[in-house]
Amino acid sequence: MADGTGGRETIMATREIAAHEIHAHAAPQGFIRKWVFSLDHKVIGLQYYFLALTAVFVGMFLSLLMRIHLIWPNVPLPLLGEIKPETYLSLLTMHGTIMVFFVLTTAPQGGFGNYFLPIQIGAADMAFPVLNMLSFWITFLGYIVMLSAFFVVGGAPLHGWTGYPPLSALPTAGPGEGAGADLWVISIALFCVGALMSALNFITTTLDMRARGMSMMRMPLTCWAWFITAILGLLAFGVLFSAGILLLLDRNAGTSFFVPLVVVNGQLAAHKGGSPLLWQHLFWFFGHPEVYIAILPAMGLCSQLVSVFSRKPIFGYKAMVYAMLSIGFLGFMVWGHHMFMSGMSPYTAFAFSVMTMAIGVPSAIKTFNWLGTLWGGRIRLYSPMLFAIGFVSLFVSGGISGPFLAQPVLDIPLHDTYFVTGHFHLIMGVASIFGIFAATYYWFPKMFGRMMSESLARWHFWFTLIGTYAIFMPMHYLGMAGATRRYSQFTELAYLRDLIPLQKFITYAAIVTIAGQFIFLFNLFWSMKYGKKAGDNPWEATTLEWTTATPPPHDNFAGRTPTVYNGPYEYSVPGAPRDYVMQNDPTTVAAH
Amino acid sequence: MPPHPNDGDDFGSPFFDVRLRRARLGLVVGLTGIVMIFISFSSAYVVRQGLPTLDPRTNVLLHDWFPVPLPRLMLINTAVLLISTITMELARRHAARKVALGELAAVPGVSVNAEEKVSWLALTVVLGLSFLAGQWLVWRDLAASGFYVSTSPSSSFVYLLTGMHGVHLFGGVVALLTAGVGSLLHRRADSQSIVLDVTGWYWHFMALLWVYILCLLEFVH
Amino acid sequence: MGLVLLLVIWLITFVSAYFFMAKTWWLPTGASAAAAGIDHHFTTTYILMGIVFVAAQVLLGLFAWKYRDRAAAAPARYSHGNNTLEIAWTVLTLILFVGLNLMSSSIWASERFRPAEPGALQVEVTGMQFAWYFRYAGADGKFGATKPELIDPSAGGESAIGLDTADPASKDDVVTGTMYAPVNREVEVILRAHDVIHSFFVPAMRFKQDAVPGLAIHMHFTPISTGDYEIACAELCGLGHYKMHGMLKVVSQVEFDKWLTAREAEKQ
Repeated sequence: MADGTGGRETIMATREIAAHEIHAHAAPQGFIRKWVFSLDHKVIGLQYYFLALTAVFVGMFLSLLMRIHLIWPNVPLPLLGEIKPETYLSLLTMHGTIMVFFVLTTAPQGGFGNYFLPIQIGAADMAFPVLNMLSFWITFLGYIVMLSAFFVVGGAPLHGWTGYPPLSALPTAGPGEGAGADLWVISIALFCVGALMSALNFITTTLDMRARGMSMMRMPLTCWAWFITAILGLLAFGVLFSAGILLLLDRNAGTSFFVPLVVVNGQLAAHKGGSPLLWQHLFWFFGHPEVYIAILPAMGLCSQLVSVFSRKPIFGYKAMVYAMLSIGFLGFMVWGHHMFMSGMSPYTAFAFSVMTMAIGVPSAIKTFNWLGTLWGGRIRLYSPMLFAIGFVSLFVSGGISGPFLAQPVLDIPLHDTYFVTGHFHLIMGVASIFGIFAATYYWFPKMFGRMMSESLARWHFWFTLIGTYAIFMPMHYLGMAGATRRYSQFTELAYLRDLIPLQKFITYAAIVTIAGQFIFLFNLFWSMKYGKKAGDNPWEATTLEWTTATPPPHDNFAGRTPTVYNGPYEYSVPGAPRDYVMQNDPTTVAAH
Repeated sequence: MPPHPNDGDDFGSPFFDVRLRRARLGLVVGLTGIVMIFISFSSAYVVRQGLPTLDPRTNVLLHDWFPVPLPRLMLINTAVLLISTITMELARRHAARKVALGELAAVPGVSVNAEEKVSWLALTVVLGLSFLAGQWLVWRDLAASGFYVSTSPSSSFVYLLTGMHGVHLFGGVVALLTAGVGSLLHRRADSQSIVLDVTGWYWHFMALLWVYILCLLEFVH
Repeated sequence: MGLVLLLVIWLITFVSAYFFMAKTWWLPTGASAAAAGIDHHFTTTYILMGIVFVAAQVLLGLFAWKYRDRAAAAPARYSHGNNTLEIAWTVLTLILFVGLNLMSSSIWASERFRPAEPGALQVEVTGMQFAWYFRYAGADGKFGATKPELIDPSAGGESAIGLDTADPASKDDVVTGTMYAPVNREVEVILRAHDVIHSFFVPAMRFKQDAVPGLAIHMHFTPISTGDYEIACAELCGLGHYKMHGMLKVVSQVEFDKWLTAREAEKQ
C-alpha cells in the first residue's frame, strides 16, 4: 500500500474483520452453562469477585474477634465462648491466609482482570475459556478446603499465614496442627494450581489477542498491571506449590526437608537433618512477589482513575510501564529481607537489603507520576477518584515504613513487632482493598448497567479512610515500643501491659471501620436493582470497555472487533471537540 | 478454513494457524510455570545435600547425605521414554499432515491417503504407560533395598522427583487418551492436530525433564 | 468536597507525624553499647522519611483541592510527562534510599560480621515451648554435653535442656530461668531451640535473633547500664508464645560473680 503498510498486514486485517463479522459468539443457554460453568470471562470474573467478597467478610470477622480478644482476653463472647490462646492464633492464621490468597490475589486479578482485560485490549474473550473456568472452580475448591479446616478435630492451624516449620510440620507442636494444617496446605496447593492456570491465560491473551492498533504501549496501565502480575504469579506460585508438597511430605510421610532433630514436650520427633530456613527461602521467594501481585493491579487502576478523573493523560506513561516492570523484576531479588533475623548469613542479608532499598525507587516514581497527573488537572471527585486518591495516600504511608524495615540494623528492634503489621496492612492490605473498592465503583455501571449511590459511597469512603488510618497508624508506635506480633494477649510482660490503652484504641477503631463496610455491601446489592440507570460511558473515559454496550454482549463487541488509533489517556487534547478521545476514534488521532 | 461459532475450544479465532500459535504460546507459558516447580525442587535438593545440622547429642555439625544407588531399571525406563518421544513426534506430524492434506481432499478428483499404517498415538500411550509402570517397579525395587521415602534425605528426593515427574507425564497420557477418543469420535482434524501438537511438545519437554532429573540424581551429590 | 479531602488528609498526616515527633510511644531507653548507633540511625531515617511522608501527603491533599473541577477552572494541562523530571527524581530517590542503607552498613557489620571478643561472657540461651533457659559454663569454661533423650521440660533447669550429668564438663554448668550479665562486658549468646523456631528479643538491648532448631547461632551484645530488662519471644512458637518471656538482670561484675558462685554452690 502507498502508506507503507505491507500486503500481508492488509490480508491479515481483512481476515480478522471477516472472521469476526461471521464469528459472533452464540451466547450460551441454560442456567448451568450461563452462570455456573460459564466459559465467558465476564461471568468468571464476577464469580471470582463474589468469592473474594465472601472471603473478605470472613476475614474481617476473624480480625474483629482477634481485636476483641486482645483487649478483653478473659471475656467470653456470645456463641463462641472464651477464645483460648490457640484459638486466637488460629483466627490470626486463617485471617492472614484468607485475606492474602482469597481476597487480595483473587478480586483484583481474577475478578476485575478476568472481566476487563479482554475488553480493554479489544478481544472477545480470554485465550483459553475452558482453562479459565477450571481455574475458577479449582480456586473455589481451595476456598472450601481452607474453610473446612475450622471444622476438623483440633480446628484450624495456628502457625500463621507464613507457616514456618517445625511448628507447621509437627502435629504435636500445637492444637490445630493436625488435620487442620494438612487441609491448609492442600488448600494452598489447589490455589497455586488455579493461579498458574489463570496466569497462563492472562499472559497468552495479552500477548496474542490484542486488537488491531492496540500495541503494547497503547494498552491501558490496568492491562500492563494484570500482565506483569500474571508473570509474577507464573514464576512464583510454582515455588509455593513445591514448598507445600515438601511440607505435606514432612507432615505425613516422615521426610525431613524442613525438620531437624527436635524434641517437642519431652518427646523426640521422628525427623532429623532438615532445615527450617529452607522453607523460609522457598516461601519468601514466592512471598515477596506475592505482595506485588497483591498491589500491582491496584497501581494500574490508580493510574487509570487519576487520569480519567483529572481529565489529563497519565504523567509519564512509559515511566509507569518501566516502573511496574522493574518492580516485578526486582521483586524476585529481595525475599531475604523477611529473613534478616532468621539465622541467615549477615552478608547475604546485606545484599538483600541493598536490593530492597532499590525496589523503593520505582514505587516512588509511580507516586511522583500520580501526583504529576493530578497537578494541573480538572479533578472530578467522584467515588472512584476518592478511593484512588485514598490509595495514593495509603501507598505513601505504608511505603514510608518500608525503608525502616529494609535496613537490617533497624529491623533488629522492629522485626516481628506491630511495626511490621502496620506496614503491610497499610501498603498491601488497605491500599489494595481501596483498589478493589475503586474498581467496584468505577466499573459497576459497565457490569450492571446502573450507578452505585454516590452519597453512600462517600460515607463508605470517609469511614474507611479515617478508620483504617486509625487502626494501622498506631501500630507503628506500638512496634517502636517493642510490641511483639502474634501475641494472643498483652498481660504477661510489663512493657506490653503499658501499651494496652493504645491497643484498645485500635480495637474501637476496628469495630467502627468494619461496621462501615456494611454501607458498601448494602450499596452494592441495592444498586444492582435500584441504582440510577447508567449509559455506556458515564465517566467519559477513553478505554475500549466504554465503547461497548452496558453490560457488554457475550462476545464483548457484538461481532465488531475494534481498531485502535489512540493511546488510552487522551484527555483534554488541544483542538479536540471533547475533553476525551476514545481509543478507537479515528477522527482525532493524537500524537500517541 | 471456514469459521465456526464454536464457543470455548476455538481459542478466540476461526483460523487454524492463529489457534495453533496461541495454543503453542500457552504451552510455553505453562511449561515456564512447571519449570519453576522443578527449579524449586532442584534448589531444595542442592541445599539439603550441603546442609549440616547440629547433632544435639554431640554438638557437632552433621552431614547426613548418602546417595541412593539407583536401580538399573531406571535406565530401561529412560530408553522407553525416549523411544516414546519418537512415536509421539510421528503422531504429531501425522496429525499436522492430515490438516494440510485435508484442504486438498476437498478438491474433486484428488484422492489423498491420509490414514496411517500404525497408530503412533496408541503406541505412545502404551510406551508412556510402560514408563510409568516401570517407575512403579523402580519404587518397589528401592523399597526392597530398604529405601523408602522417609529413609534418608536422598531417598526422599528420589521418590519426590520421580513422583512429581510421573504425575506430570500421566497428565500427558491423559491428553493423548483424550485425543485418541476425539479421533474415534471423528472430531475435526484441525482441533485434533492442535491437541496433538501441544501434547507432543509437552511430551518432549517431559522427556527432557526426565533426563535432567536422572542426571541430577546420578551426578549431583 | 475537595477542601474536606485536603483537610482530612492533612489532619491524618499531621496527627500521625505529631506522635512520631513527640515520641509518645517510642523505643525503650537503650541499654547496650550498640543502642546509641542504632538509635541515631533510626532518627536519621525517621527524619528523612518523615519529610518525604509529609511532603507527599501535603501535595496530594493540596492538588486534590487546588485542581478540582469547577466552572472557572482552566482546562487540564495536556502533557504526557517530562523525561528530565523522571530522570531527576529517579536518581535522587536512588541516592536517598541506597545512601541511607549504606550509612547503616557499618553498624550492621560491627554487630553481625565480627565474632564475639575473646573475653566475652558466654551464655547458652535455649528456647523451648514456652520458656527460656540460660546456661553458664562455669569455671572450666566448657559447656557440658546435652542429649535429646534426657530432655524433660517438666522438670525444669538442667533436665529441661537435657544436660548429661555424666559428662565431667557438666559439673560446673549453671542452668537458670533468669539471665544474669555483668555490666560493661560483652556477652556472647549461643542461641538454640529444641522444638520450633523462637526468637530472643531484648528491646532495651536492641537485640533480636531467632533461635532455630538444628542451629547454634553465636551473637553478641554489651549491656552498659544495670537494671532489669524484659525478654520477649519474637517468633510465633505455639499457643504459649505470648507468655514465653524472661528477664535479663544486668548487675555489677562483683554482684554477678556472687550470684554465679551462689548458683554453683546450690548444685553441691
